[in-house]
Amino acid sequence: MKALRIERSVPRFAMARVASGWKGGAGARLGPLRLVDTAPPALPGPGWQYVFPRLAGICGSDLATVDGRSSRWFEPIVSFPFVPGHEVVADTEAGQRVVIEPVLGCEARGVQPLCPACAAGRKRHCVNLTGGHITPGLQTGYCQQTGGGWSVALAAHASQLHPVPAGLPDEAAVLVEPAACGAHAALAPMPAPSGREELTAVVIGAGTLGLCTIAALARYRDEVANVLAVAKHPHQRQLARALGATAVAEPADLRRAVRRATGSWILDNGQLSGGAPLVLDCVGTAASLASALAVTAPGGTVVLAGMPAPSSVDLTPLWQREVHLVGAYTYGPEPLAGGRHSFDLAFELAEAVHLERLLSATYPLDRAAEAIEHAAMAGRRGAVKVAFDLRGEKRRTVPLQPAHPAHPAHAVEGPAS
Amino acid sequence: MPRPGFVLEVDRATPPVLMWHGEGFRLERLPAERSRVVYAPEPLAPLPDPDAAIRRALLEPLGDCPPLPQLLHAGMRLTIAFDDLSLPLPPMRRPDNRQRVIEAVLDLAAEAGVDDVVLIAALGLHRRMTDAELRHALGDRIFDAFAPHGKLLQHDAEDPDGLVHLGKTEKGEDVEVNRRVAESDLLVYVNINLVAMDGGHKSTATGLMSYRSVRHHHNVRSLQHSRSLMDRPRSELHSSSWRIGRLLAKHVKVFQVETTLNNDAFPPQMAFLQKREWEWSVRDRATFLAASNGAALLSPAARRAVFQSVLAPHAMTSVQAGEVEAVHEATIANIHRQQLVDVEGQSDIVIFGLPYIGPYNVNSIMNPLLVHCLGLGYFFNMYLGKPLVRPGGVVILSHPTPWAFHPVHHPSYIDFFEEVLPTTTDPVEIEKTFEERYATDEWYRHLYRTSYAFHGVHAMYMWYWGAHALEYTGGTIIVGGNRRAVRRMGFKPATTLADALEMAEDVVGRGPTITYFRAPPLMLAHVH
Repeated sequence: MKALRIERSVPRFAMARVASGWKGGAGARLGPLRLVDTAPPALPGPGWQYVFPRLAGICGSDLATVDGRSSRWFEPIVSFPFVPGHEVVADTEAGQRVVIEPVLGCEARGVQPLCPACAAGRKRHCVNLTGGHITPGLQTGYCQQTGGGWSVALAAHASQLHPVPAGLPDEAAVLVEPAACGAHAALAPMPAPSGREELTAVVIGAGTLGLCTIAALARYRDEVANVLAVAKHPHQRQLARALGATAVAEPADLRRAVRRATGSWILDNGQLSGGAPLVLDCVGTAASLASALAVTAPGGTVVLAGMPAPSSVDLTPLWQREVHLVGAYTYGPEPLAGGRHSFDLAFELAEAVHLERLLSATYPLDRAAEAIEHAAMAGRRGAVKVAFDLRGEKRRTVPLQPAHPAHPAHAVEGPAS
Repeated sequence: MPRPGFVLEVDRATPPVLMWHGEGFRLERLPAERSRVVYAPEPLAPLPDPDAAIRRALLEPLGDCPPLPQLLHAGMRLTIAFDDLSLPLPPMRRPDNRQRVIEAVLDLAAEAGVDDVVLIAALGLHRRMTDAELRHALGDRIFDAFAPHGKLLQHDAEDPDGLVHLGKTEKGEDVEVNRRVAESDLLVYVNINLVAMDGGHKSTATGLMSYRSVRHHHNVRSLQHSRSLMDRPRSELHSSSWRIGRLLAKHVKVFQVETTLNNDAFPPQMAFLQKREWEWSVRDRATFLAASNGAALLSPAARRAVFQSVLAPHAMTSVQAGEVEAVHEATIANIHRQQLVDVEGQSDIVIFGLPYIGPYNVNSIMNPLLVHCLGLGYFFNMYLGKPLVRPGGVVILSHPTPWAFHPVHHPSYIDFFEEVLPTTTDPVEIEKTFEERYATDEWYRHLYRTSYAFHGVHAMYMWYWGAHALEYTGGTIIVGGNRRAVRRMGFKPATTLADALEMAEDVVGRGPTITYFRAPPLMLAHVH
């Protein structure tokens, strides 16, 4: 079957890193990504089945990997070679349309008993990302043994599958995974506001994640009266407004926009006297985090939703203002939404706000380099989400194979909890 | 004998005409047989002895008002208020009219034994003046005598302890004035009447009042019903100011001193600016080329610094003192004597070349809002009778319109440009949706009171100032402006004047008639 695969090759990662410094997405041509004809992954064990992607999105984290810019933090929790793609709408063998929840927790790994986090439904906090009967991998799309969405077929565990409602088009369904991330970020816990009646939230970045976060804030956080979106490009500003932002600003105008929204003052060196109680960084760069810290009110919360890379940031405002910095990774039951799962919220959002409008372009696997370059330049090219369209790819009959523990060293039993 | 202003009908022999373009100039050839150029009158002869004229005015006041010495006595509280930095334009060489008049008033006060004297810069909602700017306007002697002792103040329209509400006019307008003024036995107001809009009761009703009062005349409705701002009887802004000023005059004795200037706006080394193009000497051509090319070589900041350092050789042409309205009537006659030009009929297009300076960017940056205000607010309103352009006609402005703001002087302008204009350019909508927030923003208030910032609401006023033109015309094109900034304001950018004229034809039709208002030097078109 056709698949795009990332191989462990230090020279290729180095080349990708250098090339992407010149042009985002250049790693697709020079880096570790290869279009291969390969056998489908073997099913790792009971509960696993093949699914056949219809659409598979290209995420910021995928781009970072292809361009050799991911943090080395991930090294022990991914396994090479792997097929990327974790934003997937697919068909099961039975012909049911599903969206994959890519996190690979204890249940998918066959680890018993479940770790406390998985037992509580918080698979994102699973402590067995390298355990169980599959190779290390924090998600489908980073695990050798499961395959990923940028291929004709991959292995998925029953616990990962969310049926797609009949009326929801593929183009919206492929955005359910990032929308779930957005919902999770939007519903991040924060200390009780300090009495300001109209809570202002700032969302930095208006790519797919930022836009989904805006939509989720507008829909699921009643106490947030104002959502200020910071967006670089005109189409992003337009979409941000359409999805619920009450105000939009260009990055250079961020401090003034927050000042206007919160009634703060700008002090001599440009810092604000106050700020917004909730700031969501949906970019994840050093600059965006610094901006977030600069406009967060004393005692406020910065939610780091965009995948970061190694960064150098002045944390003085965090210290002096006792700002809470929290990460928002993937999804799970959301206490602020009555315990509903982020994926349920995301399906709701996809339908309610017509998330298909965020899908700007699709490509076949054969045009991967173009697709990735398009995704890397999405903002500048007036796009939001770029995806691979696999609906025209020829499916081969997949031989059902028994599970083969590729790494016998990894015990099926998880660590005692 | 100075020559009056006149209207030149452009034919094929007409040389290219000079057009201001911010801190630079353009030479433009206008379409023959359908264009005309309005030239300002030449500078009137100055008063031969301005100090003597001032003393005479103080001793022989106009209207129902005793001579100033009769109003002065020991033990009284005397307040002398004066126009701020926004006048005159460009700033005049020393001695400034304000210095001459205030020195004369202080001499009389000293003779009468008045020792409680306070000077107040009538800022209204403008920015505070720096010490250097005050020193320039008042002279060293006055500055050194008053400033160190805290007797030289600047009006603070947001000082809760420094304002007094005197009541409401018959139309319900609040009259909230500077406390020192309200508690004085006599207010002497010293002005420089550069254009017909200035002076009269507007001096006090704007310069010494709070936002609560100023908002009654600085609003969209008033501006749309001021036709023009330079024609007081037809100006709603002035009608409101007059009501407020009259109520103030019932509480405080006001002795108004108004001065007028001639049109001598630029120093001899820039003499070509004052001359008609066909009369340029070789020297004028050389200085024009040197000024144009030299300016182009400089960085924007350096160019700005050079132009802002220009001091006008303006000279006093009249001074009158006494009761406000009688004084102002005489002042307006003197303004007309210098500035009035008769123009027959309107045209399809009017062109204004905008200079580097307007009332609100002295020692500062002419930002896009100020370009709007100067072009559609001031220049468009420089008429009596009817506008130079017909209803639905097109205004063409020439100015670089840089996307640049002075962060200290114009903080609320930046927000206005970023927040308000992308939402709407409709003055009525802007007033309804944004004015209150901008007017009461604590940060703007703080900067206005303690730094050198214009009041938060002032950015709104800059937009309102063009409300009449926005409603009346069919569109505005800016030649040579920053395209993004021009579009942000809802106008069309054009690279050249020829392009602009072609674009204007889409609105006014083929072969339009064109009026080029060649100012400065300032003039007032009486359109018949």
